[in-house]
Amino acid sequence: MLRFKCPVCGLRDETEFDYGGDATVVRPATAETAFEPWYDYVFLRDNPRGPHREFWHHSRGCRQWVVVERDTLSHDIGDVVLARDAVKENRS
Amino acid sequence: MTMQPNRLAVGGRIDRGTTFSIRFNDRDIVAHPGDTLASALLANGVKIVGRSFKYHRPRGVFSAGVEEPNALVQLREGARTEPNSRATTVEAYPGLVARSQSGWPSVDTDLGAIVGAFARFMPAGFYYKTFIGPFRNTRWWMFCEHFIRRAAGTGIAPAAPDPDTYEKVNAFCDVLVVGAGPAGLSAALAAARAGARVILAEQDRDLGGSLLDQTVGDTWLRATVDEVASLPNVRILTRTTTFGAFDGDVYGLVERAWDHVDVPPPHQPRQRYWVVRARSAVMATGAIERPLVFGGNDLPGVMSASALRAYLNRYGVLCGRKIVLFTANDSVYATAGELARAGAAVTIVDMRSDLPEELRSRTAAAKVDVLAGFAVVNTHGGKAVTAVTVAAVSGREGGTKGPVRRIDCDVVGVSGGFTPTLHLWSQRGRKPRFDTDKLAFLPDGSIPTLVCAGACAGADTITDAVSSGFAAGAKAAAAADFVGDAGALAPPKLADDGWQRGAMLISAVRAPDGEIPAKSFFDLQHDVKSTDIELAHREGYVSVEHLKRYTTNGMATDQGKTSNVNALARLAELRGSPIPAVGTTTFRPPYTPVAFGAIVGHEIGRHFRPTRLSPIHGWHAARGAAFIDAGSWSRPRYYPVSPGEDVQAGYIREARHVRAAVGLVDVSPLGKIAVQGPDAAEFLDRVYTNMFSTLKVGRLRYGVMLRDDGFVFDDGTTARLSETEFFMSTTTVNAGKVMARLEFLLQTAWSDLKVQVTSVSDQWATIAVAGPKSRTLLQATCGAADLSAQALPNMAFACAAIDGVPVRIHRMSYSGELAFEVYIPARYGHSAWAELMRVGEPFGVAPYGTEAMGALRIEKGHVAGGELDGRTTLKDLALERFASTKKSFAGCVLRKRPVLEDPTRPSLVGLMTIDKTVSIKAGSLLFPATGDIAGHGDGHVTSTTFSPTLGGHIALGLLARGPARLGETIRCVDFLGGTTVNCVVTAPCFVDPEGVRQNA
Repeated sequence: MLRFKCPVCGLRDETEFDYGGDATVVRPATAETAFEPWYDYVFLRDNPRGPHREFWHHSRGCRQWVVVERDTLSHDIGDVVLARDAVKENRS
Repeated sequence: MTMQPNRLAVGGRIDRGTTFSIRFNDRDIVAHPGDTLASALLANGVKIVGRSFKYHRPRGVFSAGVEEPNALVQLREGARTEPNSRATTVEAYPGLVARSQSGWPSVDTDLGAIVGAFARFMPAGFYYKTFIGPFRNTRWWMFCEHFIRRAAGTGIAPAAPDPDTYEKVNAFCDVLVVGAGPAGLSAALAAARAGARVILAEQDRDLGGSLLDQTVGDTWLRATVDEVASLPNVRILTRTTTFGAFDGDVYGLVERAWDHVDVPPPHQPRQRYWVVRARSAVMATGAIERPLVFGGNDLPGVMSASALRAYLNRYGVLCGRKIVLFTANDSVYATAGELARAGAAVTIVDMRSDLPEELRSRTAAAKVDVLAGFAVVNTHGGKAVTAVTVAAVSGREGGTKGPVRRIDCDVVGVSGGFTPTLHLWSQRGRKPRFDTDKLAFLPDGSIPTLVCAGACAGADTITDAVSSGFAAGAKAAAAADFVGDAGALAPPKLADDGWQRGAMLISAVRAPDGEIPAKSFFDLQHDVKSTDIELAHREGYVSVEHLKRYTTNGMATDQGKTSNVNALARLAELRGSPIPAVGTTTFRPPYTPVAFGAIVGHEIGRHFRPTRLSPIHGWHAARGAAFIDAGSWSRPRYYPVSPGEDVQAGYIREARHVRAAVGLVDVSPLGKIAVQGPDAAEFLDRVYTNMFSTLKVGRLRYGVMLRDDGFVFDDGTTARLSETEFFMSTTTVNAGKVMARLEFLLQTAWSDLKVQVTSVSDQWATIAVAGPKSRTLLQATCGAADLSAQALPNMAFACAAIDGVPVRIHRMSYSGELAFEVYIPARYGHSAWAELMRVGEPFGVAPYGTEAMGALRIEKGHVAGGELDGRTTLKDLALERFASTKKSFAGCVLRKRPVLEDPTRPSLVGLMTIDKTVSIKAGSLLFPATGDIAGHGDGHVTSTTFSPTLGGHIALGLLARGPARLGETIRCVDFLGGTTVNCVVTAPCFVDPEGVRQNA
């Protein structure tokens, strides 16, 4: 069982979280009307072997979405930060 | 009571003062407290305990531990029976009943042994070749499977429900110590002295590990156990196997709390499943003795040498009178002396020719014969070993040269060295390295939070095990930030023979003619012989993983604990590669078999998951409602008016009543979300396809949400409570998903929006009041509020009070009748419902359930779960008018994908049977009135009901070019039931399409 250090609640079991997909993709602006950016955002994913960043939702805890660094090979867990902060950083 | 021919008068850790009887294969067996089933059988002289899996060869007890490949029994009877129980770990108790799992008519005379005569026709891969090759796609396997499974003899799963209970425990500790032998006890002591909270888990009944099989070292053991047990920060779990090591330093343990009795005491679980989250752990799991492979090495009487020592010193059982110990290491020498002192004539056959002088002098003193530089080539005997043939060793590859000698014996103890038990470490995704000095696969230090100690880490002696265990305990404590002074620990004082000095590893002994004898078994549990491994190699199965699957070596309940290393040594030989290049198979949990019951615990039947109940549930139950599971909710399906009324009659009556008078339905399970903040309207404009910023305060609007890929996600009605506050409702089934998605958007891409979302599903009870008399009823109940059509038009809400409790009344209709949804603070839901029923009595109010609610909405053509299946678009559902063209919303780009705009996509229609007496099955495929019934048809049926209004069966469906086909006759084909129903295509709304009734 994976365990994540939730920035709000501390170290918690994977069973308190729901997986939320790839956190490296950036959602297009709502006003974006072109097809390609939306297609990329919704359907195109890398499948990295090694370090990866993904969304998890602490749905049975503080209800915060977090971005988890997970090594897809070893399952080693790195930093866990609030998605709110991570996505802002992504954009800047 | 019968005699115990092999039980010694003194010695062992059993209680000779107490005697009880157990039954094995309908025979009474005498046992003492402290016995295992195997030790009792051996004490009573039982040689044959089972027949082998494939060839039905007689097999006896081989080991004294969890690695046992042969002595698998069907334990207990009836509902408590348990197959594949290892007799070597089953504790004896008064009244224990066990049977051999194979052998017909009995294990002593097994007619199935005739299979052995045909052994050469059943090589490795026999089943694949026979049943997948020439007979592929025939029923031949189905026919044969029954007989093959019977013949294989792997025990019988109980047919009746398990009458016992099981518990699950979540536990936390700083240091988990797995194994309480010399290394584990030392580790637990060091970690606990450093201040760490320790869990010490031992699979055996007693602490001590290999020390329990010795006659010396008790003083050290007692002192160490006493100190460990006295420390308040140590929790000791015995009879507890750590079967799995998982990510995140989580361990799975199973405690056989009351498995050593027939029936657990009242309110006690048979087993407990522990999920332990440890900051760090020590693996002190020891090592398992490796057999030597030679001709007839499976005969009853051929046993692990360390098992002979365990039976002698722990159970007071001398397994034979004339014992040959066959070895290639030092570890049997102490055993030999002890067996000789107990009265056996002992001969050591040691493959090494240059023995240390010290070993020779000890054996001379103990009157043990030693044949150095010899090997056992073959055994003799029919149902048990009576003699062995030995020959001089030639070379280091297991070869021998003549002449051969015959030695009479009744037991052969074998020791080919030891295999460290590194399962848990390896389960963490690590590959062990083969140590060519120690001749064993060993773990490394690559997991900082899992420290290996003792024999599993390659310690050769008990002295080494104690020092490595103590150091590991301190190290694991430090990894958990406990760096207190642990002091020191002296090892026990005992003469200590290791297994590594001059040890050799051979795959199998060869006869002087250079061949490996035909009946040389590598895997005893699955009858895998050298010829099977040779065949696998010849056919190209040269990876260890392939070898395992093809030959089944290392499969089954023991997972090759005794067989793996020898088999891969043989494969390495055949490949001409060293063992490190061949590697070992992957270790996966569980280490030993775990009962499903233990893992499931209390989560069975209604306790499989929580059942959600509406705040009005008590009223429904008191009224005698028939409930139905709807997702996680238990909801009233209908309210029978007489005990005999079935659901069909019930929902038709209830639906009819709603259209004629007034009914109440509990819709509390609807998802409810408070959306608050200055940007709330902008937020809803983005998540809903239609506009919400234009919604006036006090009004309601139906809304649809899409996923980003353009498919419909959910729908519901949302009220605007103020400029900055909305009250959203979702479908019951998507309540959680919608909430998570709103939070996702607000916490990631749209974190600039000032909006707070809060789930208030559990804070509000919701009662739908529907029917022509609904306004009259509500007006009578609420008194002061003006609920007239002018004051409260459709899709508006009003505030009111029921019995002094403030409520909100949303005027909206799902049934198509004049209807309202009353939102009541949850704790007053029950009383409000009761009040509506009381006030409504003169108006003929009646409750209705989910079935009637469904019938009413299908009559109105409203979409629900069957239509909102995640594969439908706005267009498909005739909801295109809800897609705003004045703004962007989630999914607005990808919904325009050409494939989703295809006019031939199935879209929503109504269906009415031509013959009013036949019903339509949901899921039926739709085909034109004529032509072949082939392929997936033109669409499918999504929801069906009997329509009380129309007096016939109707349905909603998705039909290609549906709106253009109104009036066409089509066939609804139910492939499962094999029926075809002719229907007419109609508009989805069957009743009051103009909405006169709901707008009344």
